[in-house]
Amino acid sequence: MKKLFKLILILSLFSLNSSQIFAAEKVDYLKTDWSFKGLFGKFDRATLQRGYQVYTEVCASCHSMKYLSYRNLSEEGGPEFSEAAAKAIAASFEVKDGPNADGEMFTRPGKLSDKFVMPYDNVKAAQAANGGAYPPDMSVLVKARGGGVDYIYSLLQGYEDPPSGVTLDDGVYYNKYMYGNKIRMAAPLSDGIVEYGDGTNASVEQMSKDVTTFLMWAAEPHLEARHQMGFKAIVYLIILTILVYFSMKKIWSRVESEV
Amino acid sequence: MSDKKPKRREFLFTATTAVGAVGAAAVVWPMVDQMNPDASVKALASTEVDVSSVKPGNTITVLWRGKPVFIRRRTKEEIEEARSVKMEELIHPEKDEDRAKNPEWLVMVGVCTHLGCVPLNDKGDYNGWFCPCHGSHYDTSGRIRKGPAPWNMEVPKYEFVNANTIKIG
Amino acid sequence: MSDHDYKPKSKVGQWFNDRLPLLTLANHLTDYPTPKNLNYWWTFGGILTFCLITQIITGLTLAMHYIAHADMAFESVEHIMRDVNYGWLIRYIHANGASMFFLAVYIHIFRSLFYGSYKSPREIIWILGIVIYLLMMAAAFMGYVLPWGQMSFWGATVITNLFSAIPLVGEGIVTWLWGGYSVDNPTLTRFFTLHYLIPFLILGLVVLHIWALHVPGNNNPVGIDIKKPSKDTVPFHPYIVIKDGFALLMFMIVFAFFVFYTPNILGHADNYIEANPMVTPAHIVPEWYLLPFYAILRSVPDKLLGVVAMLSAILILAALPWLDTSKIRSAVFRPLYKQFYWILVADVLILGYVGAMPAEGLYLLIARVATAYYFLHFLVILPVLGFKERTLPVPLSITEPILGGSPNLAAARHRESKIK
Repeated sequence: MKKLFKLILILSLFSLNSSQIFAAEKVDYLKTDWSFKGLFGKFDRATLQRGYQVYTEVCASCHSMKYLSYRNLSEEGGPEFSEAAAKAIAASFEVKDGPNADGEMFTRPGKLSDKFVMPYDNVKAAQAANGGAYPPDMSVLVKARGGGVDYIYSLLQGYEDPPSGVTLDDGVYYNKYMYGNKIRMAAPLSDGIVEYGDGTNASVEQMSKDVTTFLMWAAEPHLEARHQMGFKAIVYLIILTILVYFSMKKIWSRVESEV
Repeated sequence: MSDKKPKRREFLFTATTAVGAVGAAAVVWPMVDQMNPDASVKALASTEVDVSSVKPGNTITVLWRGKPVFIRRRTKEEIEEARSVKMEELIHPEKDEDRAKNPEWLVMVGVCTHLGCVPLNDKGDYNGWFCPCHGSHYDTSGRIRKGPAPWNMEVPKYEFVNANTIKIG
Repeated sequence: MSDHDYKPKSKVGQWFNDRLPLLTLANHLTDYPTPKNLNYWWTFGGILTFCLITQIITGLTLAMHYIAHADMAFESVEHIMRDVNYGWLIRYIHANGASMFFLAVYIHIFRSLFYGSYKSPREIIWILGIVIYLLMMAAAFMGYVLPWGQMSFWGATVITNLFSAIPLVGEGIVTWLWGGYSVDNPTLTRFFTLHYLIPFLILGLVVLHIWALHVPGNNNPVGIDIKKPSKDTVPFHPYIVIKDGFALLMFMIVFAFFVFYTPNILGHADNYIEANPMVTPAHIVPEWYLLPFYAILRSVPDKLLGVVAMLSAILILAALPWLDTSKIRSAVFRPLYKQFYWILVADVLILGYVGAMPAEGLYLLIARVATAYYFLHFLVILPVLGFKERTLPVPLSITEPILGGSPNLAAARHRESKIK
C-alpha cells in the first residue's frame, strides 16, 4: 500500500511538466484521429503527399522549412514520393549556387541533396515582407508549440470574426486558438484553394489535417522507425525481465531455504 | 542448498544470459553506425564541371566528395603512349580504352592508392604522375608503373552531359 | 573470504595480481557481503551507475556530431535528429536519460533519508553523494543549454544572473561567466567544455562513493549494524547482481517508453525554437528536477536572500548527519520520524508543483509556507525529534528473533519461510 502511494507520488511528479503546459493554455483544441499516434502509429502516405502539396502551394510562399531536403520526400517513413517524382519536385525549384569559376553566384535547378528553398533570404527580409512579423520556420513547428498537432490543426480552422469589443489593427486577424487571439497571418486556407491530384475534396478541414500531418512528419521524420523499434525494444525488455525474474527467484531460493 | 533440478536451472540461466547478450549486442550497433556516413553525406550528389577552357596537355583538379579529381585533356602523344603499353608490363593491368572512354579526356580520382597522398602532375618516369610521399610513378593513363602503390588511380563514375560539361558521380 | 586471503588460481593470475591487484578487487566486488534483507529501494545505486554510463556513452557519440557554436548548434542538433544514423535514438536517450537519472537519484536520496543511511559511520558516503548531486545539476543545466533553443538561452541567462546577487563582485562574475555582455557564443562553448568534463568528475566521485560504502558496508532496512560475512549477508554476486539487474530492467522499460513514445513530454516546446536574444518565452520554467529549488528561489522576495535560500536548501543536506540527533537509523523503528518523513516528501512535491506555476497569489503563498517547512524540518524537527521520540525496540540481527516483536519486514519474511 505504501509502495503504491509512493509510486503515485512519483508519477504525479513526473506528470507535472506536461500538466503544467496544458494548464497554462487551457483551450479545447479541435480533435481529429491522427494516424501517427499510438504504439504502432504510422503516417498515411497519401495524406503526407497532399500535405506537401498544401505546404508548397500555400504555406511555402512565406514559411521556410530550412532543415528539410528534397531527398527527404522520397525517404522511407515520409511521403515516399518515387525518387523520380522527388527529383522532378527538386528540379522545379531554382537553387542559388556558386561561386562558379568566374566567382559569380548563379541559379540552377534543384537537386535531391538541396535543402528546401527558402522564401526569403533572411529573417529581416521575411519581416519586411510581412509587416514586421516573422513567419516561423516550419521544420520543427509542431514540436515548438505547446499543443502540438492539435494546436496547428485548430489554428488553421480557428479564424472567425472578432467578438464585439475587440478591435483589430490593420493586418491583424482574430483566431480563437491563437495565444491572445490576435494573429498576423490571414486565414491561409479556403475551400478549394488547392486542387488535389487524387480527387480528394480540398475542404479547409481536409487541408488542415493533411498539412498538419505533413508538418508532424517534417518535425519527426523518424517517427515510424521510432515506433517500430520501440515496440520491439519493449517486448524484448519484458521477455528479458521475466527471464531474469525467474533466474532471480532460483538464485535467491538458495538463501531463503537456509533461513 | 537445494539443488534438485540442476539441468533446468542451467537452462534458465543460459537462456537469460543469451537473451541478455543479444540485447547488449543490439545496443552496440547504433553507437557504431552513428559514425558511418550520414544521410546528408550519402546524398551528396554529383559535381558538374565545365571543361571548355582546358587546353590539350593541361590538367584541372576539381573537388568531389572531398577528394581531388584530375581531369586531363591528353595530347595525341600521351594517348598513344598510354595505348601502346603491353599488359604484361603493368602492375595492375587495365586497358587505357577502359579507363578513358573518350581518349582525349582522362578523369580519375587524384589520390595515390598507396597511402592517400595527391600525386604531382607531369612528373615521374612515365610522363604521367608522381607521388612525392613514397615515390609511386603513374603513366599517362594514371596506371601504376613503379613504386609501392598497388593499384591504378581510380576512375570514378562520370559522364559527358554535353561536349563541354562532365558530370562526376 | 577476506581480501587478504585471496589468491588467484592460475600462475599467470598470481603473477599479474602481485603487480596490480585487479583480481583481488574483482574478488572483493563479487564476494562483497551485502545484507540479505535489502529491498528494491536499494537497487537504485546500480540503476544510477547505469544512468551515468548511458549518459556518457550517448553523450560522447552526440559530441561527434554536435557543433558548439551559437550559429550552428541548433542546426547541428536537427542534423543529428534527421541525418545521423540512429541520431534521433541517441539524442532522445540522452535527453530523457537526464530525467531518468534525476528520477533515480531522488529515489536514492529519499531512500537514504527513510532508512537513515546518512548516519554514522556513513557520513562521507552521504556528503560525496551530495557533491555528485550538485555536479549532476550543473551538468544537466549546461547540457540543456547546448541545443541553443529558447529555453536553453533564457535558462542560461536566468541561472547565470543568480550570481549577480552577490554584493560588489556579482556583476563582474556574471560577465566573466558569460565571456561577454550577454549569454552568447563564448558562453556556449565553455558550457560545452564543462558539460563534457563534469560526467567524468562524477564518475570519479562515484568510485569514491562506492569505496566509502565498502568500508562500513551497506545499511539495510532494519538499520542495524550487522556482522559480515554472516547469516545476515549474501555475496554481492550473484544475489545482488541479479536483483539489481531485475530492477534495472523494470526501470529500462519505463525509460524505453519515454524514449520511443513520448520523447518530448519532459522537455519544453519553446526549446524547439532557436535562441532569440530579443524575445523571452512567456513562461520560463526549469526542467522538472530543478523545480523545488526554483520554487524556493522565487518564494523569497529579496534577490540575494532568494539565492542564499536556494543554495542553503541543498547544502543543508550535507549537514544532515549532524542535524539528525537520533541514534536509530531506520524509520521503521521511528514512528514519529516516519510521519515527518512523508510530510517532507509531500512538501518537496508541493514545492515542485508551485515551482512550475506562476509566482503569484496563492501559489506564492504556498511556496513560502512549503519553503519555511522545508527548513523547519531539517533545522528544528530533526534535532528535537532525536531527543523526544520514543522509538520502537530494534532487533539484534536480521535473522535472529526480535526483541519486543516489533513490525519488521525481515521478521515477517522469516516467519513466512518457516511456514513453507
